[in-house]
Parts: sequence; C-alpha cells; structure tokens
Amino acid sequence: MFANQIGYYSLILGLLFSFLLCTIAIQDFNKVNKKLNANIIILTFLQLTFVIVSFFSLILSFINSDFSNETVFNNSHTTKPLFYKISGTWGNHEGSLLLWLLVLTLFIFLFLLKSNSQPKKYRILTLLFQQIIIIGFFLFVLTTSNPFNYLFPIPKEGLGLNPILQDPALAIHPPILYLGYVGASIIFSASLAAVAQNYISKEWAQHIKKWVLISWIFLSLGIMLGSIWAYYELGWGGFWFWDPVENVSLMPWLSLTALLHCIAVLERRATLTSWVVVLSITTFTLSMCGTFLVRSGLLNSVHTFANDPARGIFILIFLFVLIILSLGVFFIFHKDNNGNQNNFFWLSRETSILINNWFMMYFLSVVLIGTVYPIFLDVISSEKISVGPPFYHKLIAPFLIPFLLFMALGPRLKWIKSKIEKKYSIIIIFIISIILTFFIIKNLTTNILFYTLLLSAAFFLFFTTLKEFLTKKLNNSSQTIAHFGFSLLILSILFNGILSSEVITNMKIGEKFKFGKEEIFFKKIEERRESNFNSIVAFFEIKDLEGNVVELEPEIRVYNQPLMVTSEADIKTTLLEDKFIVMNLVKGNEYFNVRYQSKPFMVWIWISVFLLGLGGTIGLFKTRT
Amino acid sequence: MKIFRIFIILLLITNFSELKSDEKSDILKNKILKNIRCLICQGQSVYDSESEFASSIKLIVDKKINEGAKEDSIYSFLIEKYGDWIVYEPQLNKNTYILWLLPLLLFLLGGAIIVKKIQKKNE
Amino acid sequence: MKKNITILITGVVLSFCFIILYKGLNNPNTYVPKTSIKKDIPIFNAVDFFSRKTVSSDEIFKDNTYYIVNIWASWCVPCRVEHPLLMQLNENHSVKLIGLNYRDSFNNAKKFIDEFGNPYSRILIDKDGTLGVEFGAFGVPETFLIDRNKKIIKKFIGPIDQEAVNKIKLMIK
Repeated sequence: MFANQIGYYSLILGLLFSFLLCTIAIQDFNKVNKKLNANIIILTFLQLTFVIVSFFSLILSFINSDFSNETVFNNSHTTKPLFYKISGTWGNHEGSLLLWLLVLTLFIFLFLLKSNSQPKKYRILTLLFQQIIIIGFFLFVLTTSNPFNYLFPIPKEGLGLNPILQDPALAIHPPILYLGYVGASIIFSASLAAVAQNYISKEWAQHIKKWVLISWIFLSLGIMLGSIWAYYELGWGGFWFWDPVENVSLMPWLSLTALLHCIAVLERRATLTSWVVVLSITTFTLSMCGTFLVRSGLLNSVHTFANDPARGIFILIFLFVLIILSLGVFFIFHKDNNGNQNNFFWLSRETSILINNWFMMYFLSVVLIGTVYPIFLDVISSEKISVGPPFYHKLIAPFLIPFLLFMALGPRLKWIKSKIEKKYSIIIIFIISIILTFFIIKNLTTNILFYTLLLSAAFFLFFTTLKEFLTKKLNNSSQTIAHFGFSLLILSILFNGILSSEVITNMKIGEKFKFGKEEIFFKKIEERRESNFNSIVAFFEIKDLEGNVVELEPEIRVYNQPLMVTSEADIKTTLLEDKFIVMNLVKGNEYFNVRYQSKPFMVWIWISVFLLGLGGTIGLFKTRT
Repeated sequence: MKIFRIFIILLLITNFSELKSDEKSDILKNKILKNIRCLICQGQSVYDSESEFASSIKLIVDKKINEGAKEDSIYSFLIEKYGDWIVYEPQLNKNTYILWLLPLLLFLLGGAIIVKKIQKKNE
Repeated sequence: MKKNITILITGVVLSFCFIILYKGLNNPNTYVPKTSIKKDIPIFNAVDFFSRKTVSSDEIFKDNTYYIVNIWASWCVPCRVEHPLLMQLNENHSVKLIGLNYRDSFNNAKKFIDEFGNPYSRILIDKDGTLGVEFGAFGVPETFLIDRNKKIIKKFIGPIDQEAVNKIKLMIK
C-alpha cells in the first residue's frame, strides 16, 4: 500500500526533475563558464534515484504480493516462487516501461559522469535531447501505463504470471536487452547534440565509440538470452523463428553493428560524418519502432503482449515526434565537412567497411520490410499475408556468402590505400576451406550447391581469423575475436541446421522407439507437486549403438495461476550435440506425443555469441586506455 | 588460378546427387508443414502445433504427397481454402512484388551509392 | 536544391508511414479467413452418419435448393448455443441443412441429437477433420451457406446468432 504511493510520487518527482533539469541546463548553456554546472549531474543522479525508488517499490509490491496494486494483481500470485515474483516486475507492460525509464536515466547520468573532457555545450545538448525522450516516457507511463494503479476492494489473490515467462533466462533477458536496446538512446542524443554543435569529428568518434560498444554488447547478449529462452521454453527446439518480436530486436542490432564499423572510419579519417549520424538516429528509431510494434499489439506474434490502442497511439506520435525532431536537427545543422578531400580507394579498409555497411543495411531492409510489410498490405488492400522463415532465409542466406568472404579479407586491408597482397596463405586457406566443405557435404544427404558455397565461405572466415590468432601479434584482438565468433556462429547455425534430426511420435509408458542409430525408451512417469504447479515428469532413456545411455526427464506442468498446461523440455547439452525431448498430452488417449531432437553444435551458437560479446568488451577496454 | 576454377567446377558437379525417395518425401512433408501457419495458435507452424486443426492439415498433406501432389499444388490448395496468410513463404504475386523486390533494389542502390562515392573521390 | 528534395521525399515517406501505422492500429492482429466468398463446393466422398454408406458430394447437394453446411461436435460448447437457431432454420423449406460431425464419437453425437433435436437432413462423419478442411474450416462450429448454383456464398465462423439467422433468411429468399 505504502510502497505504491512512494512509487507513484517518485515517478511524478522524476518527471518534475526533468523540467527542472531542462531549465537549469538551458541557463547553463548560455553562460560563459567552461565547466558544466555541477548541480546538473547531481540533479540527474536524483532523477535516477527517483526512478530507482519507484522501480524498487514496484518490486516490493510484487514481493509482498500487494494486490491493491493493479499491476501486481494482473501479473503475480502468492504461490509463485520469490524469484519469479521479482522477475514478474519487468515481465509485464507497466513494469517493463519502468525499466525503460531506469535505463534512460541511468545512461544519461553515466554519460555526464564520464564525459568530463567533452565540450560543455555538447554535454548539455545531449542531456536536453535525452530529457526529451525521458519526458516522453514519463508521460507515457503516467498517462497510459501507470504501474501503481489502485484496486479497491483489494483482491485476495492475483491472476498470476504466464507460466512460459517463469523461466530464469527470461528473467534476466529484459534487463540485459534493454541496456542495449534503450542504451542506444544515448547514442541518439549524443549524435544529435554533436550535429547541433558541429562536433562530429575524430574526437567525438573516439568518445562515442564506447557507448556504441556498450549498447552493442548488451544487445547481442540480450538477444541471445531471448533466443535461449525460446529454445528451452517454447518446446520446438528452434532458437530463432523470425517472429516479429525477435526481428524487432534484431533490427537495432544490425544498425548498431553497421554504426560500430562506421565509427572506426570516422575515428581514423574524419569522413562519413553524415552516415554516422544517420545510423545513430536509425538505431534508436528502430528501438522505438520496435517498442511501438510490440506494445501496440499491431503484430501477430508468438509472444503475446497486452494491447491497448491508446498506448499504441501515444508511442506512435512520440516516435514520429522524435524522428521529425532528429531529422530537423540533422537537416538544419549538419554540415557535410567532407571538403577536406579524403580519398577513398578501392582497395582500402574504408571501402571494406563501406561494404560491411552495405550488407548490414541490406539485411536490415530485409528484416524491416518483412516485418512491417504485412501491416502495410493489410491497411492498403485488406489482403493478409504471412512473412515467415522461408522469406528471410531466401533473401539473407545467399548474401551471407560474399559477406563472409569480405569479412575475412577486409580487416587485412590497410587504411587509405592498400595493395593486392601476393599472400599464398590466403589462397591456401581458401582451398583448405573448400576441400573441407567438400568432404563434409559429401557425407551428408543435403547435397546442395548453395550449402557448399556458404560453408566454404564460413570456413574461410573461420580459418583466416584463427590464423590471425595463432600468428599475429593480435594488435586488433577485439575485431579478430568478434569476427572469429561470427564465423563460429554461422558455422554452428549451418551445421545445426543441416545435421539436426528429429522425430515426433506417440508413445506409451514402457514403449521403445527406434530412431536412426538411437533407441528411445519411455521408462515411467511420476507426479510432482510444487507451490505454483503440479507436474507429470516422464523418464526417458536414449541409448545409442555403443550402449551409452542418456536420461531425459521432460515435464508436463499444470500451473494453478493462471490455469495453464505447459510442456517443459529436457535438454542434455554436450559440446558436440544437444539431446532435446519434449512431450505433450494427447486428449483422451493413454499415450503421449513425444518429440525428440538431436541438435548438433547447439551450445556453440551460444558460445559464439559470447565470443562476439567478448570481442566487444575487449574493444571497450582498449578504447579507454 | 585456372586449376582453381576447374577444381570448383568439378566440386559442384560431383556434389549433385539424388536422394532416396522415401527420405525425400519425408523431408518434403516436413518442409511443407513447417511452411504452413496454424490458424489456431497463430504464432506457430502446423508442424510445431498440436491443435486439432494442425493434425487435420498434417493428414491432408500426407495424403496429397502420397497421391503424388507437387509442393506448389499443396500450397495452392490450402491458399484457396484459407487465403494467402496460411503459408509462411509469401507467393510472388501483385501483392508481394514490393516485399520481394524492394530489399534487392535497395541492395543495388546501396552498391551504386558506394561505387559513386569512391569514384567521385578518386577523380 | 538537392537538400530540399531529400527533405520533401522524407516528409512524404514519413507521413505515409504514419498514416498506415495509425490505421493499422485499429486492425485486429489475429487472422480470420474471409467470410464473404464465392467458391464452388468442394468435391468429396463422405460417410453418412446413420446409414454408414459412402456418399459423394454430387449426391449430397443434388436438389435445386439452398444448403447450409454446419460443422458441429457434441463436445463443442458453442454448438449447443447455436443449436436452437439451427432447429429454427430447419423450419424454413427453401433450405436443407447438412451436418458435418467433426472429430466426435458416434454415441456422444447420437446422444446430442436425441437430446437437442436433429435439424439436419443429412449428417456426414468427419472423423479426422479433413472434410472440414475441404470446406476451408478451421474449428467448430462453422456454418456455410450454399446457393442454388452450388456456390458457397457466405461463411460464419463460430456460433451463429439471431442476426446471422436473419441474414441467411434474407439471402435465401
């Protein structure tokens, strides 16, 4: 009860502080003093504190199962384990918006704290632009999605959290994802401020690069956690479904990756200024756009979110205000200071980075168009279509081949102008890749020309980066590790896709089923009781030809609040393959529907994303020193 | 380099071989089922869904494949019944030209911009 | 000049996107197949509920009259709701009702009909739901109106209500 009020009033105070901050910042902007008014940083800290207080009071209400709070009532239940009571805080619309606010205010505070060496006016403008976003979100939360709405009479019990959201990976997925997704706001604000101050320069690139990296690392990890969740929880054994909600997180990542590469050009050559700004704006616009698409309920997705048209209209208008604002700033203030004739040569690092951006933008356009096209078509002609995995595979996979080749060769080129190296090692690696692919594909049933090319290209990148590790002085370790991680990612996805095998069958207790070289044995079932669900646990044994036995225990859970039946997969992970089993009840039958999959190299997909993140992290620490 | 090219060509030729027919029909069936969207649980493919609708569709697809129907004719059968929405891979028609071609056009445009930029600066 | 054109184009594209997205907000995000359709009735063979004989679609729709095909099941709760309305429709002599018994057991279906009455001039068995697919149905209940030219002219997804009955009566006049 009390926590509710504290939370609500902290939010209002936070909003008031935004206005206060803006006033003080504008005053300070015109003063001649060189240093930023120290009060500003204190005030942003206070604003952050208010949001934190508000956030924690919501958590407290969740922990105490205070059902006088509407959000808690809608999304929690007394029998839920403490961990999921807490994670339920951001597992719903209102709470996740508080998380948005938290990240927005956290980033501007950190930005001001860490940008002492930057020009004062630039810092103040960044603060102002960020405050515009923050005010927008405060108003959004307070007018359409107040997390502290009162309920009277106070209900005895809550409605409970959707069981598929009661998962450890999903509990940490939103905070991590938002650090990247919302963290892009600071890049947006800073680049607009830099444009307004005509400060897009080598120095600026150096300074903004770490923020780009931070967002990028968290976004990569956040997407991966979401993917892990889908793999464990949805029970289909896939990790990426090209579902609109997934696409929406991938789009800013693509744009951010392009920006990350482009910043390097700006840092060295002070060129491509307009493009860097456009990418900075695009990244955050895509984050906002994603929030709009997801929160307005415009999309038809596996992931169900409560939708309310008023919310949709608010974010839509806010989104367009931000776009118009940013384009306005860009068109009015931006001077393309490319007068300092920076030559681009065909064979140079710059060109290779442009090519990276070219492909990234293409991938982005595929994902963006694929995601929003059905909405446009529906409004214009009332025709409804689905755009699913085959569309994305067809348009993206062929382009990965040249992309991977460029990715392997690009980093070998020198800045400004490079010569064609007569390096036999590259040719040897290339031949090795092809031969290796040849023998692998030869032994498989998937005899497709396309896979041969794609695998060769991926191997080529893999070996080139690997060779770099072994021979070079590792002067650009972050890039090498990230590229190596990417090649590993593509390789594991490909092998996973080609070598995965699965079977769906009906089985009774005590039955055996032969599947390829393995035998699935349905040993027994057992009933279990937990505070928030009852479950049927099945015991399976998978025996291979050598007699090795792996035990798997999938579950069918009947959650009490809300009443819902879910299937929990059981997965045994080894370095070489995952064994994945999930079962479902069949209405009115004594047998179960069993789905067994063997998924090679699954764990390497997660490892390679970690490597990507590791590469980014190394880059982050290198720019600091 | 010549040897190299010959090598690639050889590789491509040797790599095409036919699959066994029962394996092939199973692969085809799964491919089709994964490309059909379930109307009951709308985020899932028929392949992944356990709904009654999905099981009926599975039977129909199975029957059609055994009758020797081609992949495309199965899709057009279902599209006729349920509309374009039912398949995950949009067919290329007047409604989807933009969907399929716009990304490719943008790719060409991007390439043109890069070429122009480099040439201009080289002058 | 070049800048102005860029601004103009961006402006137009943005307004276009805004309008579309704004309008899109009002559209439902779940898909339901179109209900106003003009399609030939499918050609099929089915088993008769009572006689257990296989009949062809030509035989079933042979009379020069309107037909209503209703997909139902004894386990389906909304079917109970619409059942009295079907009985009411059956009193109309310019239309014949065909029942499609969807994924049901004979005994349960029989009990259902004995209890609530049989509005159907013929009932067909759809044990595995594939017959429903022929009609383009994806659940129970669904109701199809077929005109004298043997075309499906209207489809009702979910239980029919009085409004739907009035509409049907108007269409078969």
